[in-house]
Amino acid sequence: MTPSRTAFAAILAKDLRSELRTLQSLPAMALFAITTFVIFRFGLDRTSLSGSLAAGVLWATLLFAAVLGVNRLFVAEREEGGFDAIRLAPIDRSVLFGAKVAALLVYLVALELVAVPIFAIFFLDDAAGLAPLVAILLLTNLGLATTGTLISSMAVNSRARDLLVPLVLLPLAVPLMIAATGATEHLLALGGPSYDRFGTWLAVLGLYDLIFGLVGYAVFDFLLED
Amino acid sequence: MPPEQVKGEPAIAVAALRRDYGDRPALDGVAFEVHRGDTLVVLGPNGSGKTTLLRILATLLRPSGGSVRVLGCALPDEAWKLHGRIGYLGHEPLLYRDLTGRENLRFQARLHGVERASADARIEELLRAVGMERRADERVAELSAGMRQRLSICRCVLHEPELLLLDEPDSNLDAEARELAQELVGPAPGRTRVVVTHDPERHLPEADQVLRLGIDETAVVS
Repeated sequence: MTPSRTAFAAILAKDLRSELRTLQSLPAMALFAITTFVIFRFGLDRTSLSGSLAAGVLWATLLFAAVLGVNRLFVAEREEGGFDAIRLAPIDRSVLFGAKVAALLVYLVALELVAVPIFAIFFLDDAAGLAPLVAILLLTNLGLATTGTLISSMAVNSRARDLLVPLVLLPLAVPLMIAATGATEHLLALGGPSYDRFGTWLAVLGLYDLIFGLVGYAVFDFLLED
Repeated sequence: MPPEQVKGEPAIAVAALRRDYGDRPALDGVAFEVHRGDTLVVLGPNGSGKTTLLRILATLLRPSGGSVRVLGCALPDEAWKLHGRIGYLGHEPLLYRDLTGRENLRFQARLHGVERASADARIEELLRAVGMERRADERVAELSAGMRQRLSICRCVLHEPELLLLDEPDSNLDAEARELAQELVGPAPGRTRVVVTHDPERHLPEADQVLRLGIDETAVVS
């Protein structure tokens, strides 16, 4: 058996190299997020947001932008025979799951490096809540990446892939979004961030990540079977 | 010889193999044996199940019934023991279009646990063997179908597999490339091969056995 670390690094490097070369997912995700912020800005007719409304706008936008990346996550494997190549190799198949989660995590972090500063410029009077927001972003990204990878691997063999991913992913992401917005609304509260129930929400996010990480690890092998 | 394989046991032993797609049987009652170092040529019209058979032997499809043993491993239960021991050349080149030929081969080498230094030397050797050393740094998407097939042949034998499963190995290759590819995937002492082909004139002289698959007919081994 090839060491899992070697296989993981090979698959992750391959995915990132392909994305850097073709820019098929990241620019679309970033452009979608920016456009959505512009629409919210004019649709709500507000130059400043705070509390639950700010959290809702931020997380709804990031979630829908993430769906674009999730949709394309396994396309190369499906269309270019990567699944067969990986199934023929002496590697633990859960390595593919781990590498895809890591690739999606990188996409989401890159998306947020663009989207969150623009969100702050558009809507926030006070940027003090952004530093602790990083912890929420990372935990929510991990949850989105594990759930998204699982759903993407199931949907990729369907011709209705573009429809299936949001239909299945969005309901599964509801608990994640409740926790993420619950934690974020206090950080973006009017008058500065407060840390009311912050730890509880982080624990909920961590629990979600753990559950879907374990589910993905347990079932991914079966999803690759014919 | 790997511990799973009993001395004298055939490299491939198939009995009463059946594979269904929904209600339609693609293979039914197929039986044959291939000994180490032998070549089995598989013939048959379109839709007779040749590719299905090859994908079952490669562990990419599960049989619906019957018994299949490959290199001493019973399929599908022991399929994991075969990973890395088979070289599979299918209709798809199994190459990523946005990577170069060399990057694809390096990726495959890493998946198969080949050390970087020996992988680079092996890749150069293979690229030279198929006449692709000058085009290896171009993206696969920019290469012709014939050149992709040459790269795919390199991918198939990169990890020095014990068994070669070749589905139309000559497809898209010109005469020169066919000759070059022979060195890598042609008959050789100790090389066990299953070759699916529509070109019996070319491949029958290499065959130790021939399996003829027919639509709605029992497979015949000769």
